[in-house]
Amino acid sequence: MDVARYVKDDKDVIQDVILSSGIHVKPRYGPEDLDAVGFDYQTDLGEPGQYPFTRNLFPQGYRTREWTTRQYTGFGTPRETNERFKLMISHGQTGLNVAFDLPTQMGLDSDHPMAEGEVGRVGMAVDSLRDFEVAFDGIDLHRVGAGLTINAVAAIMLAMYQAVGEKLGFDRTRISATPQNDILKEVVGRGAWIFPLDPAIRLIGDTIEYAIESMPRTNPVSVCGYHIRESGATPAQEMAYAFLIANAYIDEVVRRGYEPDRFVGRFSFNFNIFGNLWEQVAKFRAGRKVWARNLREKYGVENPRNLWLRGLFAGGGSGLTKAEPENNIIRGAYFALAAALSGAQTTALCSFDEAFTIPTPRAALLSLRTCQILMEEVGMRDTVDPLAGSYFVETLTKQMEDKICEEMAAIEDRGGIVECIRDGTVQQKLARQAYEFERELEAGRLVKVGVNKYASEEEQEVELHEYNEAWAEEKVRELSDLKRSRPARPAADALRALEGVARREENVMPALVACCKAYCTVGEMADVFRQVFGTFQEPRIF
Amino acid sequence: MARKIKVLVAKPGLDGHDRGAKVVAHAIRDAGMEVVYTGLHQSVEAIVQAAVQEDVDVIGLSIMTGGHLPICRKLVRLLREQGAQDKVILVGGVIPRRDFEPLRELGIEGIFPGGTPLEETVAFIREKCGDR
Repeated sequence: MDVARYVKDDKDVIQDVILSSGIHVKPRYGPEDLDAVGFDYQTDLGEPGQYPFTRNLFPQGYRTREWTTRQYTGFGTPRETNERFKLMISHGQTGLNVAFDLPTQMGLDSDHPMAEGEVGRVGMAVDSLRDFEVAFDGIDLHRVGAGLTINAVAAIMLAMYQAVGEKLGFDRTRISATPQNDILKEVVGRGAWIFPLDPAIRLIGDTIEYAIESMPRTNPVSVCGYHIRESGATPAQEMAYAFLIANAYIDEVVRRGYEPDRFVGRFSFNFNIFGNLWEQVAKFRAGRKVWARNLREKYGVENPRNLWLRGLFAGGGSGLTKAEPENNIIRGAYFALAAALSGAQTTALCSFDEAFTIPTPRAALLSLRTCQILMEEVGMRDTVDPLAGSYFVETLTKQMEDKICEEMAAIEDRGGIVECIRDGTVQQKLARQAYEFERELEAGRLVKVGVNKYASEEEQEVELHEYNEAWAEEKVRELSDLKRSRPARPAADALRALEGVARREENVMPALVACCKAYCTVGEMADVFRQVFGTFQEPRIF
Repeated sequence: MARKIKVLVAKPGLDGHDRGAKVVAHAIRDAGMEVVYTGLHQSVEAIVQAAVQEDVDVIGLSIMTGGHLPICRKLVRLLREQGAQDKVILVGGVIPRRDFEPLRELGIEGIFPGGTPLEETVAFIREKCGDR
């Protein structure tokens, strides 16, 4: 799940290396290893920028376009978040990645009893369009794209993004949003689900359909292997489950009569980087190939651009440690190096203090600088896919491809990903693996420096982001002011119209945009869905 | 035969990161105790109700967002109201050292922030419940 396992003899000589995905690494590799795994130059590798895209999506990689940096940002009220957005953009960040607080993620307004103590804590609190007007004030939404880390209520937030764009003078056909909008991974790993799986998947279908028709620069879904890995998946499972989840969303839209070639090019992914460098690089090279082949063979996608595994490959929190937190600065730099060697199109890096809480501005900036140094000073833009042709890396890429396909087949054999998530099969498997990983770590069979090897007694003090209770009070006050001052009739009418389309199983997006423009709150819109759809019953097995 | 020690593993509040809770739940089960997992998004009221209904010996809370002090304060108060103050309370997750003392003042002795060896948590439960 994390670092490789090293089997050593009593003289500390390494006898075996077992990667998290179960692949054994040999002490040396040569041409015979490529033969042994059946490597073929044309079908397995090919040219960068050409099918199967193992080497890169683009012929010259970072020479023509360096990666987009998109640090996860947002806390407190929209005002604080707007300031932090502007700070990061002024330091050269090229995209936004908006963090919402838990009440917003769960479709609850700031004054809901369950929101107590959580308003603005782990992200920005959003109740209505008013908040987006403040958060995106002064940002050129035609130029800067925004990732929205929102899932259960992603349809609401995408509608809100269109509404704020139009309010601030940006065209819905020119703004670019990437809502995460991946509910299946929420059920597997991150837990911010609300509605039962079937209507939740239908909402995702609505956003994709709406993006096809009305928001041509928006990427309506970002499928997240990231959180699946955080929950205990191996790198091969991370890729495999994400691809199966993406297929489930594709199936939903195909069911509505759309050709895959019309929309799959808009899918993006969010993958995790920590642990063994070689395994990460092989994972991404193999992943590009498996995804392109999946789309071509299973869905008949022909346009090469639609076969791209686009996405955010980001340094992950599970690789960090609470012990000796400054070591996380170094770990992060290696994660970012792995991202660059993997040809990440977009990147972000968890900050060294994120083993504790959301980052301080200093820590967030350090992560951004880490990514910038790789591009500007270390040589990551020199040539595309610099590890190509290595006997080791090509062998490992091929083995990783086989592992990913095995993991996909295992789930398909058990009834498919939706059923395996609905009944908790996947969650149970990952929880078991997470437990075994902890056991291995405690037994010293897996090593984390500063944790179970070379650990010092000394405690490192780091400055942490402080939560300010006053933000919640301010937010609740603003919300009650909004409900008093907005025209009541249009808001009520918009919500009633939303309920109608939800019941009739029509696309909810136009009605949501109307609700947002009438200053309905996130909680009010989510409540309509709760009434119509009910809520998800979680399998409580572990 | 002595009854198995029964532990409620609970995720209070809106946070859905349950990897840690499930890892600890596995460790407790492997140590021969009975574990009930509440699932996500539980109010403190619902946790207290489950603890009373299931007649557990121990309530283990997993809290990652920083809201542990108000949550624990409420839990202790509601348990007392139910006459269930004898239950051993554990809290794990992201718990900064400076909050250890305020938690102890609430009567919570079992504080196990992320990174605590699993065996320590198990041993604590055994010590507290062993003579029941």
